[in-house]
Amino acid sequence: MYVAVKGGETAIAHSLELLADKRRGDREVAELSLEQIDQQLGLAVDRVMTEGSCYDRGLASLAIKQARGDLIEAIFLLRAYRTTLPRFGASEPLDTTHMVAERRISSTFKDVPGGQVLGPTYDYTHRLLDFALAASGERPSAATAPAEPTDRLPRVGDILQRDGLLEPPPARTAAEAQDLTRQPLVLPADRPLRLQNLARGDEGFLLALGYSTQRGYGNNHPFVGEIRYGHVPVSFVPEELGFAIEIGEIEVTECDMVNQFAGSHDVPPQFTRGYGLAFGHAERKAMAMALVDRALRAGELGEAANSPAQDEEFVLAHSDNVEGSGFVQHLKLPHYVDFQSELVVVRALRAEAEKRREQTVLSQAAE
Amino acid sequence: MPDTDIQGSAYNYAYLDEQTKRMIRRAILKAVAVPGYQVPFGGREMPLPYGWGTGGIQVTAAIIGRDDTLKVIDQGADDTTNAVSIRRFFARVADVATTTRTEEATIIQTRHRVPETPLRDGQILVFQVPIPEPLRMLEPRETETRTLHALSEYGVMQVSLYESIARHGRIAKTYNYPVMVNGRYIMSPSPIPKFDNPKLDRSPALQLYGAGREKRIYAVPPHTPVKSLDFDDHPFEIETWTESCALCGSKESFLDEMIVDDAGKRLFVCSDTDYCESRR
Amino acid sequence: MRGPLLSACGVTKRFGGRIACRDVSFDLWPGEVLGIVGESGSGKTTLLNCLAGRLAPDGGSVTYETLSAGIVDVHHLSEARRRLLARTEWGFVNQDARDGLRMGVSAGANIGERLMAVGARHYGEIRREAIDWMTRVEIDADRLDDRPTTYSGGMRQRLQIARNLVSKPRLVFMDEPTGGLDVSVQARILDLLRGLVEGLHLSAVLVTHDLGVARLLTHRLMVMQGGMVVEQGLTDQVLDDPQHAYTQMLVASILPV
Repeated sequence: MYVAVKGGETAIAHSLELLADKRRGDREVAELSLEQIDQQLGLAVDRVMTEGSCYDRGLASLAIKQARGDLIEAIFLLRAYRTTLPRFGASEPLDTTHMVAERRISSTFKDVPGGQVLGPTYDYTHRLLDFALAASGERPSAATAPAEPTDRLPRVGDILQRDGLLEPPPARTAAEAQDLTRQPLVLPADRPLRLQNLARGDEGFLLALGYSTQRGYGNNHPFVGEIRYGHVPVSFVPEELGFAIEIGEIEVTECDMVNQFAGSHDVPPQFTRGYGLAFGHAERKAMAMALVDRALRAGELGEAANSPAQDEEFVLAHSDNVEGSGFVQHLKLPHYVDFQSELVVVRALRAEAEKRREQTVLSQAAE
Repeated sequence: MPDTDIQGSAYNYAYLDEQTKRMIRRAILKAVAVPGYQVPFGGREMPLPYGWGTGGIQVTAAIIGRDDTLKVIDQGADDTTNAVSIRRFFARVADVATTTRTEEATIIQTRHRVPETPLRDGQILVFQVPIPEPLRMLEPRETETRTLHALSEYGVMQVSLYESIARHGRIAKTYNYPVMVNGRYIMSPSPIPKFDNPKLDRSPALQLYGAGREKRIYAVPPHTPVKSLDFDDHPFEIETWTESCALCGSKESFLDEMIVDDAGKRLFVCSDTDYCESRR
Repeated sequence: MRGPLLSACGVTKRFGGRIACRDVSFDLWPGEVLGIVGESGSGKTTLLNCLAGRLAPDGGSVTYETLSAGIVDVHHLSEARRRLLARTEWGFVNQDARDGLRMGVSAGANIGERLMAVGARHYGEIRREAIDWMTRVEIDADRLDDRPTTYSGGMRQRLQIARNLVSKPRLVFMDEPTGGLDVSVQARILDLLRGLVEGLHLSAVLVTHDLGVARLLTHRLMVMQGGMVVEQGLTDQVLDDPQHAYTQMLVASILPV
């Protein structure tokens, strides 16, 4: 008798067992610790925290370990955990002017107050496989000392803004930004909501969109006003205290993109802004986000919006890799009821077509 | 207090925290009050992937209690892997009795089918919905479809049915067949075969539809008229089979086709496993 | 005596600091065809969009006498009623037929859409009506199930006209309906439009930069320059005896045929 649809329960149990085994791999090889992932795969941890919208290196490391390095799966695990956590409130806005920067560069000016600080970057490495890494053995600690942290690092944007060359940042509103993880996305979205969506958005998707704006699909002549990466304090106002207290520090990467803008009848030409922010060290993400943020402002700035990156509904509806991954992969679920319905109608249509063909042949023969 | 243990860490009863459940219940109430209208809700990340029933699971999690008896089906069957997985999830986080019997269930979560056994008063049917917007494939923009619903501007839907007849000689839409709810809103019945559409009409059970990825909930309250769209001279019809079920002999139920050998021999059996077993 | 069908009173529209049209007033009487002429940038298409309720003016008002509800202010109607008006009592013929057609569905569905939108549910009757209109706009009825993508430019324009007229509108807005077509194709469409407008006793507002088109189709003419109406009157009068220097220049620039 036919049995293929039976035994789902056992099959799943076996599959889970096999997966756990596959995850562990060869028992002869030492197991990865969460500390190792945190310390040695730190950029993966950064990405999972950013797109998982949860700043917790330990949990992100656990998710990466459990997902066997599949970062989208890890982001999914972290989000599904985060969503169950109670929400106490929102922190005060981060003030990145007070960042203790490990890296800070601007491509708009040769020198800027506070200096260009290269910091740790892959930018100037030669992409040659370093076979020394294949062998084990400790490396000596860096001989270069990190840059002296300063109290206050002025922003390149503020300097341009002072001369009226750059649009001012949007005014801070008293209203708390809507939380996308608690409320559905309602279109059209305002900029804080768009930025929130982009911050959670898939790095690859944003990269491709940002890239497309550089290739003529919605060009907005970008310059890196500034990229900075380092520690910033996080403050929170507990209701019972009524004033802000510092509750910790997080590492973030921030990108201020400066873009050309022709001006209009009423507004003299002025540079405009695109903004990107990511947890940890994630410059590619922050830059792509800033490009897309600027592209999505086309309508507001009176520019023609004909390209994908400028299409708010298209971008915001498809940026989320947990949503996308789920929906693409749901095609693996059985669809045999729908397919059966299609079979029935395709057969009927084919039968009718065949009948028509026969009739044509008959009537032609009769002529 | 969190009282259920999943993998070593504390989660609330039925996984979602109580605030989230209240928010979902409010959305459900609104949906019941405006039959067929898609209510946006703050869909949460669930521990199952999007597109695998997160909308239905959130609805079920928001309404389930310890007194409930839950049945979960996928493609009409209780033993398909996704149905098993969701049933196990609720057995684990909601400490709830499960069943495969349609009559015994108080909540039935389903993907792609409506049970053959007629539902009764007091039962709730929870549908998993991938694309809640029935006009989406005709008009990709949310801002525009929202306006079309608000203004009952449904000509474009009828155009698509017209076009189907013009091209195929009949309405070739077979599943996710659009319906008009209570004479006001056009609604996607989720990808159930059109065979099941008549069961939605004036059903004594409450129908709740949850779309997790798209963050929409909608509902058809008990005894609400649900009409499948058609033309006067091309009335709505459901699928029929010349075969009958190889296991129970049913001629009235939706049949799945199976290929049983390399020669391509076909066998037809009920898609609804509970219905089929109860007849054998 | 009945009043005007459509009245514009002081219609003004700005885009940022630029004024696209300023203080335009006129009455359109039942059965009348009004032409708006001027070179590109003169504000005539903006004005048309304001009249048709597609663009909200910054000043002035547009009123229309509906069949059932008396005189209404077009821009104070609810969006629902304005859209209903636009697909029942009004028509809008775009310069580019692609903007006015559903290119992804057959000609029959294009013509039938307005009927279905107001409740037609008999497939056979919708088809019969569509075939009737195909014939009236001189498209071979065999092409009923073909998509407009397979049609020539002239056929698309005729299909767009049929799609609009099927709901028996009283007022049709036309934005350069023959622009972008070959001269020979233009002539046939103009002929068709003239016949339809007379036969159906339609009122129309027609925007064109082509004075030949205006002379052939319109009873009355408004000449626009820089967003202002500089001259208006009976078409023949305006074209044969232009008073304003700009109109004189427009008329003089036509090559004598």
